[in-house]
Amino acid sequence: MTATTPHPLAPELRLVSARDLVWLIGSLLLVIAPHALRAPWWLTLLTLCLFTWRFYYALNRAPLPSRWLVLGVALVAMLGVWIEYRTLFGRQPGIVLLSLFAGLKLLETRSHRDAAVAAFLGYFLIITNFLYTQSMPTAALMGVALFAITTTLIGFSAPQRAPRANARTAALLLAHAAPAALVLFLLFPRVQGPLWGLPQDAYTGMTGLSETMSPGNLSSLAQSDAIAFRAEFEAELPPPVLRYWRGPVLWDFDGRTWSIGPGYLVRFEPPRGGRATYRYAVVLEPHNRHWLFALETAASVPERARMRFDGQLISLAPVRARMRYEVVSVVAPEAEEEHISTLRRALRVPPGFNPRAVALAAQWRAAAAPDDQVLLRAIDFFRAGGYAYTLEPPLLGAHSVDEFLFSTKAGFCEHFASAFTFLMRAAGIPARVVTGYQGGELNPIDRVFTVRQSEAHAWSEVYLRGRGWVRVDPTGLAVPGRIESGLARSVPAGEPLPLLMQQRLEWLRGMRYQWEALAHKWNLLVLGYNPERQRDLMSFVGMRDADWRNLTAVLFSVLGVLTLLLLAWSLGRLARPDPVQRAWSAFTRKLAERGVARAPHEGPRDYATRAARALPAAAWSILRIGALYIGLRYGRRSGARELARLRRRVRELRLV
Amino acid sequence: MIGAFLDRRPRLANWVYGFTPPERGTVVLVHRRVYIVPARLGWLFGATLVILLIGSINYALSLGFALTFLLAGMGLAGMVHTARNLARLAVSAGRAEPVFAGESAQFRLHLDGRSGFDRPAILARHIGSGAQLVVDLPAGGGAEVVLAVPARRRGWLPLGRVMLETRFPLGLFRSWSYVEPDARCLVYPRPERSPLPPSIAETAAGALRSPVPGNDDFAGLRGYQLSDSPRHVAWKAVARSDDMLTKQFTGEAAAELWLDWRLLAPGLGLESRLSRFAGWVLAAERSGAQYGLRLPGLEIAAGRGESHRGACLQALALYEGTP
Repeated sequence: MTATTPHPLAPELRLVSARDLVWLIGSLLLVIAPHALRAPWWLTLLTLCLFTWRFYYALNRAPLPSRWLVLGVALVAMLGVWIEYRTLFGRQPGIVLLSLFAGLKLLETRSHRDAAVAAFLGYFLIITNFLYTQSMPTAALMGVALFAITTTLIGFSAPQRAPRANARTAALLLAHAAPAALVLFLLFPRVQGPLWGLPQDAYTGMTGLSETMSPGNLSSLAQSDAIAFRAEFEAELPPPVLRYWRGPVLWDFDGRTWSIGPGYLVRFEPPRGGRATYRYAVVLEPHNRHWLFALETAASVPERARMRFDGQLISLAPVRARMRYEVVSVVAPEAEEEHISTLRRALRVPPGFNPRAVALAAQWRAAAAPDDQVLLRAIDFFRAGGYAYTLEPPLLGAHSVDEFLFSTKAGFCEHFASAFTFLMRAAGIPARVVTGYQGGELNPIDRVFTVRQSEAHAWSEVYLRGRGWVRVDPTGLAVPGRIESGLARSVPAGEPLPLLMQQRLEWLRGMRYQWEALAHKWNLLVLGYNPERQRDLMSFVGMRDADWRNLTAVLFSVLGVLTLLLLAWSLGRLARPDPVQRAWSAFTRKLAERGVARAPHEGPRDYATRAARALPAAAWSILRIGALYIGLRYGRRSGARELARLRRRVRELRLV
Repeated sequence: MIGAFLDRRPRLANWVYGFTPPERGTVVLVHRRVYIVPARLGWLFGATLVILLIGSINYALSLGFALTFLLAGMGLAGMVHTARNLARLAVSAGRAEPVFAGESAQFRLHLDGRSGFDRPAILARHIGSGAQLVVDLPAGGGAEVVLAVPARRRGWLPLGRVMLETRFPLGLFRSWSYVEPDARCLVYPRPERSPLPPSIAETAAGALRSPVPGNDDFAGLRGYQLSDSPRHVAWKAVARSDDMLTKQFTGEAAAELWLDWRLLAPGLGLESRLSRFAGWVLAAERSGAQYGLRLPGLEIAAGRGESHRGACLQALALYEGTP
């Protein structure tokens, strides 16, 4: 006969207590906190209100709000999200909805089952934070959240237990989980995502260069401290004047904006000659575009990348995750002939714009026939023009080149490159704008070369017959310090530089080097572990061409061994009697040698009394040991001091 | 569920569970006897893990993988911890005090952790009656569980199968074990309230003699009992205090009360007779008289006191009747 009394361990029948709710709400807040910085304030406030509301009910032991009320709040929340984002699907609205639902779930949480579901939702919310950043601080905060949720979950199973003991159990569980987690992380067959289309806003918020360049957009990018990429050189670094990292090449000009325009891929042929060769690996931060960066001039094409006709490296897939590739670059290789159609494209200027610049170019052309003579005049013009370099360029009208060259005379690199290229084209010399980064900084801790968004740059290339495409950096001509000593020393004092580029914070910089070296390791080893790295690791341990079947087989055998080890550990801990019992056993053995063996039914008090009567010489010691044992075993007494006293007394017991 | 299925088939259960009840002495739950399956929450947790894994793959989140795998490892470790919470637990049965039929037998089970860690939230559940209790065992210590099992019929009531279950620490797994310790409780017949038969003095020949009232010499006062005759109540003393007092006479102490089978109507069934007898024994003990039992095939000499009363009730509890 099976009885039908309610099961006291069934979570659906156990009511959630105020203590459980405090833990649950606290750990959910930890998870949601980073989202609050990104979500609109009123949605954050609403989520907080829901938590507070639930807690109010718990304190007053009031019945929970009706299902209809909760449903109404849910509808209002969804409407609010829709008004804010004009959609319910997508990364940001989805996450905001999830955290709202966590609050709503609490409002209908009565039993431990509901609470456990809310805790699982908390685990899920952890991962949504990683959609934005996977940096070490985020990982640390989420580690704390994971620990808190786990402690909460343990609290549901042991409501009478002290939270500290539950926290200890949570730490023990996580420590026991770590080896299995590591094995899974390394060996679980990795698939390259995505499995299906991602929401449209999945990759927003990535900074970097764009397909176009108009006055003002590079100077705003230059205010960002974010890292664009890192490079690790095999041997020595190139000197500062050679640190031109080539990015998108801009061909088409509409009077205001330069853009990439149509292009085609070419079969890569390594350039011949060149003065010096640099071998290095680049770890590129995701920018959601196709281009890769390499020192001029790239002499190899990385895996899964191609080269465009204008020497730009193109990844086959947009760079949406941190990407590592190896490149070789040479300095000043031999010239190559350019297609006539390409050269014609490099001469095109929009008619009707910048009449003064056009006139100036015509004047140069009339005075000097060969192209290189015209180029020299242009270079002189920029050197002597008295141009100022500024992060806050004045706004420009329709004739942007004219206004910059002849009236405002202050600008950022995009102004210089745009004006110079325009002048060259107007003078009949094929020219194009190249964007990318110029400069970089060596981290002395790990010898990694870091290039930031603040080092975004634009320069020109002109085509000279016999010499091919030649780089001319008009910014460098006008403001020589920019190339040799970087952005920070070349803009006027008082301009808003990124914090870490400021000169006076030397001590901060030392700390930043340490931190960034660590972050780079983290990026490579933890975040950069992908199917490719997994293959590398497998061939390193001797499993060439490991497919998912091999991996799964290895994975399960290692996991099995780990579980058995854990089982052996727990059973081993059980088999070992505790120290109190050991001391007592030693005591009974000693007495048994003197003929006073403990009868199986005899309790410690009776036994000690009997033994004391039988061996009156040691009666006092025997009774004392009995009392200590009873105190440790059955009483409230516990602690190392009592235990040590028991052991000492047993050791020193002399029965003669 | 398989558990319910096996509960109805004890022999199959013995074979499956690997022990034959009842088990004497201390039973240690070796790991062979501890079973474990995922609880409903465990399946839900598994579903959460699958969603997390798919999300990690889709968005290529390295830390998402790390989180998923850490949680998976935690589930695995939680399974071992849940099994450990029961493994090597020592169960011994204590003495159960006799009860009357219709009451609940209080079975004492002593659970001894025998471990350096505590074992929280262990449920002991009596399969037959559903009596249950959740206890926390401290580190290195034990706890006592009292299971109140309804005693319906007189005689020996064996404890029967007890399930020990735990879901600690994460509630994702349910681990359980069965024990059937050698514990039994004596159940006396259900006492029937009825007036005592008139005291009967015994002659050597064993014939019945007319009752001799022992009210010759006044010996003192004692507390009133329900069975006392109103004629013996010390009304003057009662008027002075609130206590009801009864006058005691020397002759009464000498009187022996014999509870005899033949005093009952012949048509009465065995159980009703025993119930009546049990009621008489209680009343006789209260009255302070010396009393004896005389049943077919069984005779208990007159006496009084706790142990005499126990002996009489035990004889009634275990009385098989005449063949």
